[in-house]
Amino acid sequence: MIATDTPNSSSLEAAGAAIGDPVAEVEASSRLPVLAMFGAGAFWLVISSVLGLISSIKFHSPDFLAGPAWLTYGRVRPAFVDSFLYGFCLQAGLAAGLWLVARLGRTALRPLPILAGAKLLNLGVILGVIGILQGDASGFDALNFPRYAAAMIFGGYVLIGVPAVLAFHRRAARTLFVSQWFLLAALFWFPWIYSTGSLLVVAFPLRGVAQPIIAWWYAANFQYVWMALVGLGIAFYLVPKVTGRELVSHNLALFTFWTLILFGSWTGIPRTAPVPAYLPAISTVTSVLSILTLVAVALAVWKTVDGNLGLLWGSRSLRFVAVGLACFLAAGVMNIVESLGTTGAITNFTWFTIARTHLLTYGFFAMTLFGAIYFVTPRVVGRELPFTKWVGVHFWLATLGMILGWAPLAVGGIVQGRKLLDPNAAFVDIAKSTLMFLRISTVGDLLMLAGHALLWINLGLLALGLARAACQGFVTEATAEVQPAGAKS
Amino acid sequence: MNHGPLIFLAAFIALAGSWFGVVLTPQLNVGQLQQTNTLNGALYPVARPGVAQQGLQVYRANGCVQCHSQQVGQTGTVFDVRVTEAGTNRVALNEALRKVKTGVSAPEAEQLLERLPLDVARFTNREDAEAAVKTLGVGGTKAHFLVVPVGPDMARGWGKRRSVAEDYLFDAPALPGGVRIGPDLANIGVRQPDINWHLRHLYAPRSEVKGSTMPSYPYLFEKRRAGREASPDALALTGKLAAEKGYEIVPTAEGKALAAYLVSLRSEAPLFISPISVASAAPAGGDTNAPAGGAGAATNAPATK
Repeated sequence: MIATDTPNSSSLEAAGAAIGDPVAEVEASSRLPVLAMFGAGAFWLVISSVLGLISSIKFHSPDFLAGPAWLTYGRVRPAFVDSFLYGFCLQAGLAAGLWLVARLGRTALRPLPILAGAKLLNLGVILGVIGILQGDASGFDALNFPRYAAAMIFGGYVLIGVPAVLAFHRRAARTLFVSQWFLLAALFWFPWIYSTGSLLVVAFPLRGVAQPIIAWWYAANFQYVWMALVGLGIAFYLVPKVTGRELVSHNLALFTFWTLILFGSWTGIPRTAPVPAYLPAISTVTSVLSILTLVAVALAVWKTVDGNLGLLWGSRSLRFVAVGLACFLAAGVMNIVESLGTTGAITNFTWFTIARTHLLTYGFFAMTLFGAIYFVTPRVVGRELPFTKWVGVHFWLATLGMILGWAPLAVGGIVQGRKLLDPNAAFVDIAKSTLMFLRISTVGDLLMLAGHALLWINLGLLALGLARAACQGFVTEATAEVQPAGAKS
Repeated sequence: MNHGPLIFLAAFIALAGSWFGVVLTPQLNVGQLQQTNTLNGALYPVARPGVAQQGLQVYRANGCVQCHSQQVGQTGTVFDVRVTEAGTNRVALNEALRKVKTGVSAPEAEQLLERLPLDVARFTNREDAEAAVKTLGVGGTKAHFLVVPVGPDMARGWGKRRSVAEDYLFDAPALPGGVRIGPDLANIGVRQPDINWHLRHLYAPRSEVKGSTMPSYPYLFEKRRAGREASPDALALTGKLAAEKGYEIVPTAEGKALAAYLVSLRSEAPLFISPISVASAAPAGGDTNAPAGGAGAATNAPATK
């Protein structure tokens, strides 16, 4: 009943093979969009991590770059977060999803609308970042881009998403692999939540606390549900593919899918929010029930590699995915800690929540995407990256940076939270007691930035090489024509 | 087999469910909130003054919410029983007092009763407080209980009661925030009503709060040549911070608006949904519409059970 199309059946070397080979055709159709979106995503990754580094330094040196308005902490940080979320996560996630839809369905993409959509999306992110820096931020996490930027991002998404759904509809391989479930749901999920969030919170704000409620709902649906749909979709493809095994239990994977969309979509309202009590209550219940998703993911992967986790370490791209999956589980546990009464009372309002978001969006989603980028790119362009050794360096920079950016904030958050509960602790001292943790996290930001630079240079040089190769033909032709013309005169 | 439509349907149903639950339903209740009455009969909330509303936009534009929450929580409510006026039967009152406040000898009780108003005891449940008030009300003794929200935020002085949806009614954006890298601001206008303090604090945080980790906001101020007399807006700065002779530091329109907004942040009105007793027992009757609760308590606190 459930498709058993193991991705293994398609040979990797097929890319660049003889014309007429359907796989080669599929790869060729996704080459330009996928490469363009990965490249632009890597660019935003570098920009966002520079902004992130600046805001991280400002944590412990408040007067660092305090002069100009556009460099104040309250503007740099949302610019960092949103350029990461929309410039990298959304864009590269879409690109990886496009490739998977095309590859698993044996169906060619129509590159033109996708490229146009990517242009619009990137224009939206550019305007959004500039907007935030000049003071147009909306004030809501993950929705800080002003309305003009949000409209462009939405338009860009539609231009990319519709061809993706059409390609899915036209697919030659009719049976569905489990990753396609995840990706199709993700394609559908984002426009609904983003239009709701942008319209009701940013463009035409509702009355009073209805705004933050919807902003929390959106943030959970984007950073948890959407990212998990795309990230797990990729992981459930890459793990069996690279280890050369079958995804053992499709039912487990589908169970993951169901629990994720049923429970995940209700999470996100903080315990103490000044809203009707049923909202945080439901959020707590669904957060705890999300443990089912975590167990199912862990079991599905464990069974697939037959308990031999070393298999996940075997390939460079899979290593990223393995770390990503571990972070997904850890972030889920952190979410449960936050939503329960006794523990949540400590972690609420602290760096702990920031650490969890970091673990989910970077540790899980970005790491998984790195794996996808390093796996997909050589296949769509039919050649290796210019610096294959950098992939390993990037892995360690990203992993260490992620851990250094996360662990100190999580621990610091607990320290901070315990002191916040003690009314005798002076507030300034509480802030000071977190400084050491913040300093360590800045080192993490620095490492991540270095890793991102490696990724961007690698992809950039690859694109440059391709462009040069493509131009070569024209250039020889052009120069050949000039000479006879010169001989005449 | 083609599961495309099934997946679409599954995602649709799941997302529609959460959309109805977390977007539509809140909009149908808290989204339709209107002004409410405070326990004193005043309307709450009242829209902020225009300059403070501009200040909210400065607050939003500069991402103050990245570090400051504006929501106070409470872990519970306690009931303080208080005697304000001793009645005619001193002996009976003494006895009643020792019944409520155990472990006090008769002479000690007499001593306590010398200084009124006297906070007799604190109860965690309303029935006990009511019973104590009844016990104490001998011989015309005036006693009542106060509803006191408690919790770390209250102990820290960040608020008198928990924040409720009404507090944000007229704010767009409504920014309850989520982190406390800086202190909670739900009642900063109560704690620090001095607009000039806020201006100096925004200009040079560490001059007002030693060891503060808040960034300074020099771009909300300008240095200009002082006139013959100092401008009324000029910041009173001392030492290194002061501008050189002949110059002064004045806030820009944005700076003034932000300070006005901060001063306007007060969410301490006693509400039926989040009751507190007004500290000095409100004059009974007359200008309040508070229902006559337990022996003159100025609240309509719902029973805690």
